[in-house]
Amino acid sequence: MSTAPAPDPAVMGPPQEAEVVSRDDEARGLCTLHLRLTDPAARAAFRFQPGQFNMLYLPAVGGVPISIASDPAEPEHLAHTIRAVGRVTRVLATLGAGDRVGLRGPYGRGWPLQAAEGQAELRDLIVLTGGLGCAPVVAAIGYVTARRERFGRLVILQGVKHAADLIWRERYDAWAELPDTEVRLAADEPDRHWQDHVGLVTDLLDEVRFRPQASVALVCGPEPMMLAGAKRLVELGVPAEHIWLSLERGFQCGVGHCGHCQLGPWLVCRDGPVFRWSEIGWLLGTKGF
Amino acid sequence: MTATRFLPRERLQTLFERIGDLGYRCMGPQVRDGAIVYDDLSDAAALPVGIGAHQAPGRYRLEHYAHARCFAWANGPQALKPLLFAPEETLWRVTRDAAGRLAFAAAAPPSQRRAVIGVRACDLAALALQDAHFAGDHADPGYVSRRRDLLLVGVDCGHPADTCFCASTGDGPAVSNGADLALTELDAGFLVRAGSAAGRALCDALPLRAPSDAELHLGAAEIEHARQSQRRSLPARNLRDALFANLDHPQWDDVAARCLACGNCVAVCPTCFCSTEREQPAIDGREAARVRLWDSCFSAEHSYVHGRLLRPDTRTRYRQWLTHKLGGWHDQYGRSGCVGCGRCIAWCPTGIDITREATAICTADQPEGEA
Repeated sequence: MSTAPAPDPAVMGPPQEAEVVSRDDEARGLCTLHLRLTDPAARAAFRFQPGQFNMLYLPAVGGVPISIASDPAEPEHLAHTIRAVGRVTRVLATLGAGDRVGLRGPYGRGWPLQAAEGQAELRDLIVLTGGLGCAPVVAAIGYVTARRERFGRLVILQGVKHAADLIWRERYDAWAELPDTEVRLAADEPDRHWQDHVGLVTDLLDEVRFRPQASVALVCGPEPMMLAGAKRLVELGVPAEHIWLSLERGFQCGVGHCGHCQLGPWLVCRDGPVFRWSEIGWLLGTKGF
Repeated sequence: MTATRFLPRERLQTLFERIGDLGYRCMGPQVRDGAIVYDDLSDAAALPVGIGAHQAPGRYRLEHYAHARCFAWANGPQALKPLLFAPEETLWRVTRDAAGRLAFAAAAPPSQRRAVIGVRACDLAALALQDAHFAGDHADPGYVSRRRDLLLVGVDCGHPADTCFCASTGDGPAVSNGADLALTELDAGFLVRAGSAAGRALCDALPLRAPSDAELHLGAAEIEHARQSQRRSLPARNLRDALFANLDHPQWDDVAARCLACGNCVAVCPTCFCSTEREQPAIDGREAARVRLWDSCFSAEHSYVHGRLLRPDTRTRYRQWLTHKLGGWHDQYGRSGCVGCGRCIAWCPTGIDITREATAICTADQPEGEA
């Protein structure tokens, strides 16, 4: 009686096996696992957009959503940066080359980079991140830097709590060398080597140069930081519909079925995790949502 | 629906037989543990003959009457939801070999042709919502398989409970669509309409006759009476904007003081779809099963995000449930997630009434006092 479409095995079936190719220790409690699907056909078929996430799974432990931090132009290589904070991530953080995990995905709506391309009025790009919020945008920055001439000014702002929490410094240094690109870093608690801003990353929005009306902002990090950042961007003149935020909720199924990521009208894993500020600004930050 | 026909009461057993002839396992309502439940049923005599269900906030009691009707009750705690969205279901299994390699295998969804006799209009409306959720984009394989193999015989609701408000949500009491066959129960038998090709085939195989004008009139009058007799209602079909505009309404604190956060409302709601996944490892560590269970937004774990709870108290959890049920559903599936079955009212241990809470939050009017 039901005329439902056939279930899509890539996202609805069981995970596929992936192998840890290598592992980077990024900072205390933070590592990056470089994964590769072991089935050649599945590996060749896998495609993702910057800002999407995978569900990583360990037998007898469980699953956890992790954003994809690698370049979508090389979809056979999937990098996942993990903070050991919960039951599953603590075990994932112990893995090394040769270990196997389950992988389902990719899930969600990623960053709207195509919307920014080729549209003169949308060409400056502000990337505002805090903490591990840098991971979901790395793929987006890589996408932009590989097509540098198709975007306007690139402003990258990253904030950390402790100076020692900063990862990928060499990437920020390299991005800072690109034409018409500004990179600023902020630490609440600097160490004696810290050269850049001391305080909140959102403070830096007043110090960098961009054309607010002609900008797109990608924002990812702890929610108080995203709220403050989005509000300041609006005050500076960036249209609310050009400010995009990546949200984190308790994703379990990845396809909007399980209900854990219910946020008002949305199922974040399916309708997001990337949303426009003009869509969610009215509800985000309300306690309980 | 096709032209209405009539099945004499003494021939009701033929309905079970013809459905069985088509290869369906028959399920139907029956009395168990003091409630109407749906389970395997092949004998019309096992239907709840002479049974009524008295329902009120926090109350569900069966009553016995000296009549021969077998569908003279509104509903039980469950109908179709557990048959399609299973309370517990293995999704897939994984084995790990000595070298650490993982092999995943989807759990084959059990496929069996099932027919359910006695489905209410509210439950058919809820089924349409569950279809939109589980069988739309990213269709759930187990749900789709079970749904495909389902034959539905609806029965108009001539005896709504005190807790029912399907007339206000527009989902009952008459079965209008979604059923393969729809019945209206009269003392002498059943008015029968077919709603699908399968239903028409079934009609052709049943000993039906043309109904008299009096029988048709009686059926329509009973349904109209059932509609008129409902005393509860929601203030509007669409309360989305009113609810989200009142997230700080003091009524949320008021209901939180009465709500036990037990999740009974979620368990009996025919549209609630939340689930959680659990790991079931074998004791030798080489195998594990991934199991999906019904979940409730009234639990603490439901709002766990990366080391914190988004909804640490009952106020925010009840608000999450109600703003989704009567609000977010409009964005997600084009209508309210409430079909007016009233189960959440009857099965709430403290008798919280969704219509009263919604009225208090969404309108300036004070809700009417209970007698």
